[in-house]
Amino acid sequence: MKTYYNPDDLKKFSKIGDFQKPLADKFFSYYGDVFKEGALSEREKSLIALAVSHAVQCPYCIDAYTVDTLEKGCDEEEMMEAVHVAAAIRSGATLVHGVQMMNKTKEVSM
Amino acid sequence: MKSLHKQKNRFSDVSYQLEVLNEGVENQGLPHFSDKLKEANLFPLKPTQLDIFQINMGKMCNQVCAHCHVDAGPDRKEIMTKETLQLCLGAIENSSVKTVDLTGGAPEMNPHFRWFVREAYKLGCKVIVRCNLTIIVANKKYHDLPEFYRENKVEIVSSLPHYSSKKTDSQRGDGVFDKSIKALKMLNEVGYGMPDTDLTLNLVYNPSGAFLPPSQEGLEKQFKRKLEKDFDIHFNSLFAITNIPISRYLEYLVASENYMGYMEKLVNSYNPMAAAGVMCRNTISVGWDGVLYDCDFNQMLELKVAVQERRQHVKNFQVDSLTKRSIRVNEHCFGCTAGSGSSCGGEIT
Repeated sequence: MKTYYNPDDLKKFSKIGDFQKPLADKFFSYYGDVFKEGALSEREKSLIALAVSHAVQCPYCIDAYTVDTLEKGCDEEEMMEAVHVAAAIRSGATLVHGVQMMNKTKEVSM
Repeated sequence: MKSLHKQKNRFSDVSYQLEVLNEGVENQGLPHFSDKLKEANLFPLKPTQLDIFQINMGKMCNQVCAHCHVDAGPDRKEIMTKETLQLCLGAIENSSVKTVDLTGGAPEMNPHFRWFVREAYKLGCKVIVRCNLTIIVANKKYHDLPEFYRENKVEIVSSLPHYSSKKTDSQRGDGVFDKSIKALKMLNEVGYGMPDTDLTLNLVYNPSGAFLPPSQEGLEKQFKRKLEKDFDIHFNSLFAITNIPISRYLEYLVASENYMGYMEKLVNSYNPMAAAGVMCRNTISVGWDGVLYDCDFNQMLELKVAVQERRQHVKNFQVDSLTKRSIRVNEHCFGCTAGSGSSCGGEIT
């Protein structure tokens, strides 16, 4: 069955360089540096990436960072808490706009 | 749960396992392990000095772990005889071996286990026992094992896949985590893993699924923090070991449709530095029946050492011919060379 997302396409990620190599090289070099141990550990960065993968709803990223967090020694509880952080920010972002809705309501109401 | 052998599962047949391992190369475009060694000028792989004499004392075990590369369990009756153990002592005495590494199954279930440990200790060897922990609490006759280990300065290496019961039990069986914690406390009580003793207690982590282990150093800190906080348990080092795609773990990979993904991951993570330091270069592995192998994994695939047929048994053990041999490699060897590498002592690089 044809779908918009094909799990095998994740393995072809580096192929984006076939159409535009200099920018792809810069991106992959930057990407590699971002995930290196720094002020944050590789483990912390992987959990952040897992949470963001859910927030941006990227199935490739979810697959990749589910395995990556496991390979960084995270357990299921930590991984699900990271997803809840993403969910809380997304739902919070929706709800805080409720204030704007309230403001506008008040503005146009008698 | 029964062993694959008892179930007559097709994965208990080593020729089928080798067929599956070869399938990835023939039909899926994966490279041969030997080709990767050639790239690093490591083929044929040759031994260095023989340091470690690893003995599989039998396939009998009180546990049936989901990933077990030995396919061990209570229904396995293969046990090394005293005669073969005596031959092992002779081989150790006439070699440069410094470490005797006892594995199984549960090596403690071999009726000659204690006698053999004492004899090996008398020869001046460091004795390592790969203890599954639960054996200590399995039966009253094993309750004094911590004291016995202490008397013979045995180094303990024990599997504990995780500091949570859920993950440990999913891999090693229901209730294994609680029993393991109880056994670890008993080992700590006689001084194992404690800061002011020379009694070594190392733990082994291996992934509960189709993924690679984390960095050993970071994971060790995590295990130490958690086990001390939650259970007041102490240990020396944590070995992070990669699951090798053979036996029950191979069966799991194929059944869960993770086999090709896992093999690709191993191949893509191939590290020539790790290949140079693989454990088969300084180890000989002896099967329960006295047959010699390059490592425990080759043993389970029945890939005997590549020497003259009569020299393939411990009764005709000759260091010289073993030192000149070429180590037999196959696609499962990618498991020892992925990332930081993997051996019975954890990371290689």
